[in-house]
Amino acid sequence: MAKVLDDAAKAAQGKATKRALTGNEAVALAMRQINPDVVAAYPITPATEIVQIFSTYVADGLVNTEFVAVESEHSAMSATLGASAAGARAMTGTSSQGLALMWEMLYICAGLRLPVVMPVVNRALSAPINIHGDHSDTMGARDAGWIQIFSENSQEAYDNLIQAIRIAEHPEILLPTMVTMDGFIISHAMEVVEIQSDEDVRKFLGTYKPERTVLDIDRPITMGGLDFTDYYFEHRRSIAEPMINAKQYILEVAAEFEQKFGRKYGLFEEYKMEDADYAIVVLGSTAGTAKIAVDELRAQGVKAGMLKIRVFRPFPYEEIAEAIAKCKAVAVMDRSDGLAGRGGPVFGEVRNAICDMEKKPITVDYVYGLGGRDIDVEMIKSVYSDLQRIAATGDKALVTYLGVRD
Amino acid sequence: MANIKELSKLEERFSSGHRACSGCTAPLVVRMLMMAAGETPVVVGSATGCLEVVTTIFPYTAWKTPFIHSAFENSAATVSGVETAYRSLKKQGKYEDKDVRFVALGGDGGTYDIGFQSLSGAMERGHNMVYVCYNNEAYMNTGIQRSSATPKFGETTTSPVGSVEPGKKQFPKNLTKIMAAHGIPYVAQGIPSMWNDLITKFQKALNCGGPAFVNVLAPCRLGWAFPSEKAIQIGRDAVDTCVWPLYEVVNGEYKITYKPKEKKPVEHYLKQQTRYRHLFKPGGEKAIEEIQKWVDSEWEKLKRLAGEE
Repeated sequence: MAKVLDDAAKAAQGKATKRALTGNEAVALAMRQINPDVVAAYPITPATEIVQIFSTYVADGLVNTEFVAVESEHSAMSATLGASAAGARAMTGTSSQGLALMWEMLYICAGLRLPVVMPVVNRALSAPINIHGDHSDTMGARDAGWIQIFSENSQEAYDNLIQAIRIAEHPEILLPTMVTMDGFIISHAMEVVEIQSDEDVRKFLGTYKPERTVLDIDRPITMGGLDFTDYYFEHRRSIAEPMINAKQYILEVAAEFEQKFGRKYGLFEEYKMEDADYAIVVLGSTAGTAKIAVDELRAQGVKAGMLKIRVFRPFPYEEIAEAIAKCKAVAVMDRSDGLAGRGGPVFGEVRNAICDMEKKPITVDYVYGLGGRDIDVEMIKSVYSDLQRIAATGDKALVTYLGVRD
Repeated sequence: MANIKELSKLEERFSSGHRACSGCTAPLVVRMLMMAAGETPVVVGSATGCLEVVTTIFPYTAWKTPFIHSAFENSAATVSGVETAYRSLKKQGKYEDKDVRFVALGGDGGTYDIGFQSLSGAMERGHNMVYVCYNNEAYMNTGIQRSSATPKFGETTTSPVGSVEPGKKQFPKNLTKIMAAHGIPYVAQGIPSMWNDLITKFQKALNCGGPAFVNVLAPCRLGWAFPSEKAIQIGRDAVDTCVWPLYEVVNGEYKITYKPKEKKPVEHYLKQQTRYRHLFKPGGEKAIEEIQKWVDSEWEKLKRLAGEE
């Protein structure tokens, strides 16, 4: 592992280069290139490697970062937030229970409008304790005021993390941003990643110059004060505003990224959606498997398509509604469950998006892959055949648990 | 030693107009802390609690120095992040060459209980910061609930005196000694009633070059229930009875900084506070005796640690 990273690090000194990296390695490498002023973190499977590799960069003097090995994730987010309030470019990383422990501080970080950036390796929540990938952790943080960007593979995790710095620090946004990848499926799987040079990444990122900080001795500010009923509502509303407006700036950053580095990103990716009758909406690594299913079905003459959500917060309601409007039936794939018989959170959002359309597709939800349960091409194809039957007969189950034993 | 004449010339960085109760000693703790800093810039962080609530009601602030509050249990972690940013930015030449001090504040609830892990972690990591606990011996902000700093037999709303319960059933944990066990350069106990002693301790804490912890007993007229003009006197009684001994631990060496000429009986301290009124009803003598025994034994232990016996 060390050798691979060393090679990748060296290679990245010059121009763009391709290397085989795991998701965690790609993210740690991106963090080295970002070179944050402060990183405060705590180990948790499957995200441990990120901070472990990053601390070797610190130990070898490859970054200017002050690394704080805190005593919990709650303190990780607290210290990161404190560093950001002091004007530092500050990062942390976590997963699952760690994110759950941070939950209180996630809201505060957003409320204080601090542009902290955090990779999150998606993992199931206890109980039962399980270290494998599902989206329960980040879905629990979806209303915390963080921008949430999901990655299909290591390349996207690398690219998204770099873009996240620009997004979070955008003067019209100033909201913390998390970049996710699926635990083990991406974090520990090796694949080829194109790495930009350190210089190019740093040029793309620019420097962080916040307007006011708690280190500004001559212009002291009070941060995190108390609001009664006379101001709280306005202040909370003022956090919604930049979140709602963030979409256009996220696209601007993506356009600049594409222009510099050649890889295209949107709020979501449409795969063979132009004329699709049957579509699935998916997040994260399952999108890669779904593309194969779509290709195989297309070869058989089935008009299958796929929509992969990249930006889950802010949720692109109008854009997704438009993208799936002409489908006959759409299946939403939820890798977490609302435990209330109405599917997972992605389903709720998609249904919300199409609710007011006059002509809308039939929508159903598939809860799948909890605790890292495998999903394969055949399972996804079975979802498409369900959609064909549903479109033909109108006979549907609103929510199906896919790949679970009865 | 602090010079009151010199100190009085300093510009106050903690303003009047805050909403603390009359007779509250927490603002005194802060003013003495800021006096101790002299003209050195100080960034202050606070846990959620009385002090934070009464000083930062938007759109007002009592702080004329940079201030940050994020949550209840993480004052130490938050300030450790600020301090780390300062070190990082300074090292990289991104921050002007100012010598800044960092202080984290918390009540006893935010320090002894819910913020204990965060405090221990920050001290162990060696951040150059001072943690000041303004210890009023209960959760006063939420309406006087017991904490692990509440004294035995103290009545609170969650350790009420009933027909079978005598108030709080445990002695408080000795957080000052626990912090000394962290092996940090400076640990002390103080009280605003002894202003010179406290300011001197703050000065030492701010200039010890590493993590420091100062536990300040802050008599609370609301929770302890005494007339507000008595706050300073009750604090003196706390030290003269040795209920709250004044000492410091410098690089592991214990030193008692104030020895009462004549150690007063605890009864003298207890009877002025309504939280102990049940001890002065028939049958309460045994409890007072138990407190006296505990105070005596703690005082003897402290003297031994300080090499005074």
